[in-house]
Amino acid sequence: MDFLLNSLSKAFHLIIALDPELLGIVMLSFKVSGLAIIISAAAGLFITLALDLRDFTGKKVIVTMINTFMGLPPVVAGLTLYLILSRSGPLGFLNLLYTPSAMVIVQAILATPIIAGLSYAAVVSADPSLRFTAYTLGATPFQATVKIMKNVRYSVLASVLAGLGRILAEVGAVLIVGGNIAGYTRVMTTAIALEADKGDFELAVALGIILLLIAFALNGLLFYFQRKGK
Amino acid sequence: MAGSITVCCLPELENNMIEKIEACNIIKRYNSGFALECSLSLQKGVLYTIVGPNGSGKSTLLKIMGLLDRPDSGSVTYLNKDSSVLNPQNDIHLRRKVVLVPTRAALFNETVFDNVAYGLRLRKAGRKAIEGKVMKSLNEVGLTRHKDAHAYELSSGEAQRLALARALVLDPDALLLDEPTASLDPDSTRLIEDIIMKKVRNSGKITVMVTHNLNQAKALADSVIFMYKGKIMELADPDVFFSKPATESAQQFVFGEIY
Repeated sequence: MDFLLNSLSKAFHLIIALDPELLGIVMLSFKVSGLAIIISAAAGLFITLALDLRDFTGKKVIVTMINTFMGLPPVVAGLTLYLILSRSGPLGFLNLLYTPSAMVIVQAILATPIIAGLSYAAVVSADPSLRFTAYTLGATPFQATVKIMKNVRYSVLASVLAGLGRILAEVGAVLIVGGNIAGYTRVMTTAIALEADKGDFELAVALGIILLLIAFALNGLLFYFQRKGK
Repeated sequence: MAGSITVCCLPELENNMIEKIEACNIIKRYNSGFALECSLSLQKGVLYTIVGPNGSGKSTLLKIMGLLDRPDSGSVTYLNKDSSVLNPQNDIHLRRKVVLVPTRAALFNETVFDNVAYGLRLRKAGRKAIEGKVMKSLNEVGLTRHKDAHAYELSSGEAQRLALARALVLDPDALLLDEPTASLDPDSTRLIEDIIMKKVRNSGKITVMVTHNLNQAKALADSVIFMYKGKIMELADPDVFFSKPATESAQQFVFGEIY
C-alpha cells in the first residue's frame, strides 16, 4: 500500500513540477496524434463524401471493409507498416522506420476507418428528405452531400473525437514502428509500458494520470456533441 | 432577323426568364404497375392547382416538371418569352430558376435565417443582398422575430412557412408547391393561403400547387388540373370544374366518392 501511495505522490510531484522529460513525452504524443488526426479526419471525411455522393458497384464491399478496419488490431497495423517501411520493404528507401512520421502514418491508418465509418453511418441515418430538399433549393449533388454532413456535424465531430481517443491510447502500433526511442519517438503509452517494465513507476503513473485525464476530457466532449446532435 | 435583334437588346436576364413549361408525352412507370402518362403546358401568371385522389401522380408530375426526377420517356421544356427553348437538361443554372417546395420539406439544422439564406448562398449572392432578401422574405411569412431561433424549435405551421420563405426568397420563375398546407391546423392553413394569395398569385410567374383541400383549390386556383390514375383527365376553370366536372372520375372525386 505504501508503495502505491509513494508512486502516486511522486507522480503528482512530477506533474506539478512540470518535469521536462514528462512534458517532452506528453508534447510528442500530442504532436504525433494531433497530426495523425488531422490527416485521418481529412481522409475520413473525404471517404464519407465520396460514399454518399454516388452509388457504384462495390460500395457495400467498401463500407463493410471500413467497418472491419474500425476494429483493426493496432499491433497488426504496426506490424504491416513495419514490414513496408523496413529496410528491405517496398518503402524502405524512405527511411521512415523509427521516426515520428512512421507513428503519424500508423495512427492515421488506425483512425481513418473509425472516422469514415462513424461519420458515414451518421450521414446515412440522416433524414432522407434533406437531400431532396437541398436539390429543390438548387444544390448540386456535391452541395447536397456537404449540406447533409453539416446537418449531422455533431456526429461527424464525435467520430473525429472517437478516432483521437483511440490513437492517443494506442500502444502496440507506435511501439513497433516508432521504436520507443527516448526523446524522439517515446510517447505516453510506450513510455508507460517501458517504465513499468523497468520498475520505475513514478513517471509511468504520472503519464497514466495524464492519459486518464485526456480520455476523460475526450469522452466528456464526445458525450456533449452526441447529445447536441440529437 | 428583326426579331432576333430585339431579343439581343433585351437584358440577358429577362430573355432567359422561363415563361412557359411544357411537359410533352411524359411517361414514368413504377414497379408497382403505376404509370404516369401525360402532357401539360403551363403559362406564367396563372395559378394552377393539381387535384386528384391519392396516388394519381400529382407529386411525381411536379418533380418531373421541376427537373428533380426524370421521366422514362417524354420531355420537359422550359421556354422563354419568344418561345425559344431554354434547356439543355441538367443545366444547374436553369434548374435554379424553378423551385419546388416538398410536402414535408426538411429543415436544416441551423437558424431560421440560415435556412432561408441557403438557396441564396448556393447562388453566390452577396452578404448584403442575402441579409436584405432574407429579412424581407421572413417578414412576408411573419417569421421575423424567429430569425435567430433554431429551425427545429418551430411549430409545424411555422416550419411550413419557413419552407415557403426559403423558396420565395429565391424569386423563382416557377414555383411548384406540393401540398403546402398538408396536415396543418386551420389557422396555419389560412396564414399560408394568405401568403399564396398575396405574394405568389400576383407574382406573374408560373405557379403550380398540388392540394388535397378542394376548398383551397376552389378559392385560389385560376385553373384546376384533375389527375386520376396517372393521367390528366381535366384542365378547367375552377367554377366549371367544381360545378360541372366533365368526366365520370372527376364527378366521383368532387362529390367525395373517391379520394
